[in-house]
Amino acid sequence: MDYVAHDASAYAPPAEVEEMELYHPKTFVGKYIWSQDAKIIAVQYAVTAIGIGLVALVLSWLMRLQLAFPNSFSFIDPSNYLQFVTQHGMIMVIYLLTALFLGGFGNYLIPLMVGARDMVFPYVNMVSYWVYLSAVLLLIASFFVPGGPTGAGWTLYPPQAILQGTPGATWGIILMLVSLALFIVGFTMGGLNYVVTVLQARTRGMTLMRMPLTIWGIFTATILALLAFPALLVSAIMMLLDATLGTSFFMPAIVSMGQQGGHAGGSPVLFQHLFWFFGHPEVYIVALPAFGIVSDLISVHARKNIFGYRMMVWAIVAIGGLSFVVWAHHMYVSGMNPYFGFFFATTTLIIAVPTAIKVYNWILTLWHGNIRLTVPMMFAIGFIFTFINGGLTGLFLGNVTVDVPLSDTMFVVAHFHMVMAIAPILVVFGAIYHWYPKITGRMLNDSLGKIHFWVTFVGSYAIYYPMHYLGFAGVPRRYYAIEGTNFIPESAQSLNVAITVAALIVGAFQVVFLYNLLWSYFRGKPSGGNPWNATTLEWQTPDTPPKHGNFGATLPVVYRWAYDYSVPGAEQDFIPQNVPPGEVTRSSART
Amino acid sequence: MTQAIPANTLEPLPLPEGIQGVVADWSSDQRAFKKVPWGKAMMWIFLVSDTFIFSAFLISYMTVRMSTTDPWPNPGEVFALTLWGKKIPLILIAIMTFILISSSGTMAMAVNFGYRKDRVKTFVLLLLTAALGASFVGMQAFEWSKLIFEEGVRPWGNPMGAAQFGSAFFMITGFHGTHVSIGVIFLIIVAIKVLRGDLDHQRPGFLTGRKGNYEIVEIMGLYWHFVDLVWVFIFALFYLW
Repeated sequence: MDYVAHDASAYAPPAEVEEMELYHPKTFVGKYIWSQDAKIIAVQYAVTAIGIGLVALVLSWLMRLQLAFPNSFSFIDPSNYLQFVTQHGMIMVIYLLTALFLGGFGNYLIPLMVGARDMVFPYVNMVSYWVYLSAVLLLIASFFVPGGPTGAGWTLYPPQAILQGTPGATWGIILMLVSLALFIVGFTMGGLNYVVTVLQARTRGMTLMRMPLTIWGIFTATILALLAFPALLVSAIMMLLDATLGTSFFMPAIVSMGQQGGHAGGSPVLFQHLFWFFGHPEVYIVALPAFGIVSDLISVHARKNIFGYRMMVWAIVAIGGLSFVVWAHHMYVSGMNPYFGFFFATTTLIIAVPTAIKVYNWILTLWHGNIRLTVPMMFAIGFIFTFINGGLTGLFLGNVTVDVPLSDTMFVVAHFHMVMAIAPILVVFGAIYHWYPKITGRMLNDSLGKIHFWVTFVGSYAIYYPMHYLGFAGVPRRYYAIEGTNFIPESAQSLNVAITVAALIVGAFQVVFLYNLLWSYFRGKPSGGNPWNATTLEWQTPDTPPKHGNFGATLPVVYRWAYDYSVPGAEQDFIPQNVPPGEVTRSSART
Repeated sequence: MTQAIPANTLEPLPLPEGIQGVVADWSSDQRAFKKVPWGKAMMWIFLVSDTFIFSAFLISYMTVRMSTTDPWPNPGEVFALTLWGKKIPLILIAIMTFILISSSGTMAMAVNFGYRKDRVKTFVLLLLTAALGASFVGMQAFEWSKLIFEEGVRPWGNPMGAAQFGSAFFMITGFHGTHVSIGVIFLIIVAIKVLRGDLDHQRPGFLTGRKGNYEIVEIMGLYWHFVDLVWVFIFALFYLW
């Protein structure tokens, strides 16, 4: 059969910009500590994010222990419990997932995948990491101040966040807000780099519509972040003023502990609007890079081009745009105008359309593919399951009438952990198994990887699936202990114990993953430059791991899209992006 | 049964028709915005992000102005100066606004002379812009001290009415004033670089180690015009409303 490639062409326009100036460091400190190389910065980001993520993992264990065995642990009192809940949520969403996807994968993959020598402003990129690190250190510091970290819930709703009686209302909340502000400053420096690199520093032939979907996902997510984080910055500044200078932006007149507070006339709902104007795009800041990465993993490991590339791109852009007009679906029970509920429920359900397009396209990519059940592929397929699951429960919560009885129950916890915690983290694991060979030059151990996958995947279901039922039964979230209620059956407690046991096992098994990372770094099988036979540019570098400047003497020229897998008539089942049509080896076999 | 991997032409692919052609054109390789240097693209995107910050501040101010139950002080009276025995409303703000808008004019002239590589004129105009900006910040300091020491306005309350008046005023003008101050510092740095000829010799810049060129004057100008534009909104929404 005749084959006409998607848009392959031997023509590459002449270079428009001269070669980038790179400052090659000579000392160890310049290369690996104060490094301006995006690849090193990426590893710094990733190690820091995973490190602080492990803290949050331990916090979730402590929460689960309390829920399963109430009043058995002397070191968990109600204040501690709330602090664990708060810090777990905040760390996981912002300091782990956002930093890992954009700072980690963004920094590593953007220059390599679009064919750039480095980020366009390497110095700013370096500062970005160090500001992020200081934000993380401030967050850690809040565990050691009088009163401990804030326990206001990860949403930090005022007035309770800064009222006496909430744990950490004196020091913890201030450190939290300053840390968030620093994170945003650091992220903005990195984010400007990612956006400008994608827009203005691609190599010859790399049109926007030839970019791998990974880059589309990270790029769109970065734009969302640059537009959404300002709302969080502003609310952090205003709450900081409320807490320190006694202003009343968010604080109404309150009688607290029998005393009239010093505030009057503020609007707590204003904070919720600002917070969720950030908070909802934040969901997609985490999800869109995951969407992009999983598209590439599926395509590579199914040896098949991604189904509906253009639609995948437009779906990412559409989800990004829609994510700015749905924020108040987090506020159905906040006491806002009921007509808002109508509007925001409608926009929320519209998001299901582009999201469903993406899911169908992933499945159609797998259809009749030459599927290789490698570890990254297993994580990618696992992602599709958990994401569909979490997406369907999202339809429940997006409708006002269904949401109201389910609000603030374990159902909500189960929903967003399925869709926003497990699904992206499975992609993170898949991506690490996929790109680790490029980063270190060695493969991760396959058997350990499979054990890690099955325990994590099945374990996550063991944790969150029963939680949906707890939510239906009316078990509220964020409660230290539930006693003396009539509507919650006794069996809920045994379910809680089962969930906790599963959580402990899944958490502990992450050690297998960390051990694999360390062991493979020294003993892993050497991978060669392109172990997965992938087409994208990062696998075509002359050195593995790539050196500073990425591509050796000359930058690659791109002649085709990123998904030429199993092209009929070609000898190999993949054609790298930088192979011109004339140099494709034809197979002798008839197809 | 032929296996035709597409014709190996050395011509660019023809643009698709209709909307797909628009997309293909805009998404062509290397650069989305042709002839836009990296620094300028970065500044534009930063300014979009900064716009969201100031919008959030101003919308929050309007919200608390509606939510508070105390009467809102009349800005015309609060920001009046007594000159020659007469109380003139908003006179200081009018002068400040005039100065800041004028500084946009001198900035635009500096960009123009920068691209003509007229070092001395660019230097003088940049310095003049910085001086106008500094005098704006100085008058703001005067305004703040007058409010704090004479009128008794504090972030947490004031004798005239709603506490949010002082809170929003200090927060928003403070944030804007910080922007102006940062701008003044960088204007001076760029001015010195222009005068020394760093941009002609393409001497590496401070911090980044990148070669200098006159684009930096225009990028500085973008930032400066943005800060002025924001002031117009603050002026309209806070002082005039």
